Amino acid sequence: MKRILILGAGTAGTIMANRLRKLYKREMRAGALEITIVDQDDRHIYQPGLLFVPFGIYSPDDCVKPRRPQVKGRVRYVTGAIDRVEADEDRVYLEGGKTLDYDILIVATGTEIAPHETDGLTGPGWNEKMFDFYTLEGATRLAEALEKWEGGRLVLNIVEMPIKCPIAPLEFVFLADWYFTKKGMRDKVQIALATPLDGAFTRPIASKAFGDLMERKGIELVPDFNAGEVDGPEGKLKSWDEREVDFDLLVSIPLHMGAGYVSRSPGLGDDMNFVLTDPNTLQAKRKENIFALGDATNVPTSKAGSVAHFEAEVLEQNVRRYMEGEPLEEAFDGHANCFIETGHGKAVLIDFNYEVEPLPGKFPFPGVGPLALLKETRFNHWGKLFFKWMYWHMLLPGYDIPAVPPRMSMRGKQRGDLPKLERHAVLGGSPNSSDNGDESSKVA
Amino acid sequence: MTATIAGVAVEVDGEGFLQKPEQWNREVGAEIARGAGIAEMTDKHWQVVEFMRNRYLETGSAPSIRALGKESGVPIKELYQLFPKGPAKLAAKIGGIPKPRGCI
Repeated sequence: MKRILILGAGTAGTIMANRLRKLYKREMRAGALEITIVDQDDRHIYQPGLLFVPFGIYSPDDCVKPRRPQVKGRVRYVTGAIDRVEADEDRVYLEGGKTLDYDILIVATGTEIAPHETDGLTGPGWNEKMFDFYTLEGATRLAEALEKWEGGRLVLNIVEMPIKCPIAPLEFVFLADWYFTKKGMRDKVQIALATPLDGAFTRPIASKAFGDLMERKGIELVPDFNAGEVDGPEGKLKSWDEREVDFDLLVSIPLHMGAGYVSRSPGLGDDMNFVLTDPNTLQAKRKENIFALGDATNVPTSKAGSVAHFEAEVLEQNVRRYMEGEPLEEAFDGHANCFIETGHGKAVLIDFNYEVEPLPGKFPFPGVGPLALLKETRFNHWGKLFFKWMYWHMLLPGYDIPAVPPRMSMRGKQRGDLPKLERHAVLGGSPNSSDNGDESSKVA
Repeated sequence: MTATIAGVAVEVDGEGFLQKPEQWNREVGAEIARGAGIAEMTDKHWQVVEFMRNRYLETGSAPSIRALGKESGVPIKELYQLFPKGPAKLAAKIGGIPKPRGCI
């Protein structure tokens, strides 16, 4: 009997388990194949929802369901903390001594924040005037703090890249602008984004577009800021090259690291505990029967649920190829697709991969949309809210998304003259948003 | 693309990072450093660059700034003084290894 072992029942692991159990339904029923998934707890958090918790849009309860029911069919669910992977033995050790043997291992244990890695961040003032919103607890405490805050200087800091959902910091400052405007106290609040990047985002065109949007919303950008230390009582954020940013309220996006057991698993990960993974086949560098997907890998694309979904479509087939002794296909292109909440009931959509940066246009149907790329519309905002339903009912169960294949398509995207983000753009769009057919290329 | 640095023909990417570490030598490194505003490479500079380069050649990936601070023998604050703005990126460039990934 073949044994597939999946580590982690978060977004990536759950999608993978559900896709594989559908692919191997017959083999599983016949007892020729077994799929096991391991997680240390039974709390599946809808992570995109964490952004909405600090502003009272979602309650903490809106973001949580148990993990186990999301993994369906005959998949065996094991609760346990992972101690280490011994690749030479094809065996995973759980804490407490239990072991799980596998023929194929799929690592999907994601990434977690490490606030203690920044001096002073978890010292005096942590959870009083310094918060995170990448954990449900942090987001909940921040909601309470924002509700009673009387104003001052709000600083959002990205400690170091990579982070989960690299557009979340922008969304946070846009939503903060909207939140304080709605409360009638925007004039009492300064908002600043201190980032190690040299602009608002990682890629030039989107960086320019979001930089303009920040300026219009009166949000200060502090670029090239590598935070080394925080002084809570004094309200100072200090960079390694000895610059300072003052704050009354700090929202930190702390350093991200892969799961701790990766460091105890010889050769599996890099310094930050991200699994060394081939960016196109998703096979781990450590050994041919190990694969990885989602936030757990070191592949150079965004750490985001959409990426995990696209990777799962590719990896499902590569696992099958591996089982059947066929060569793996270098099919993953780094495709990511993210909604960016910009406040006031609008959102921007971006779609990109390893090679192609976010471009304006229409999505997924060229010239039609209904979603608009790199542009603020109300329809995009509805898309973002609808995504929560899609997450639980389409993504996790492992369905393909209609009209959105894993490989990024150039259809509907525009190169060349790039429009500015239109603040008052509505569904239907400006003349700039028409499809540029000449630049489109079909990717099957 | 190909560039000539310190008289050596080397493969570089759009930002000037060497694509083939074996095409590197110290003179190449020193010239890249001058181009990045480091007039004089001190022993401390070389210590960091060589740590970075050796780690890359051994493991296939460049160390993060945190690992560099913990293991190279030069604390992070000093790394920023030696290699202004982005020590990991700049030390990689001077050391003739591809641009560290993960900045997406």
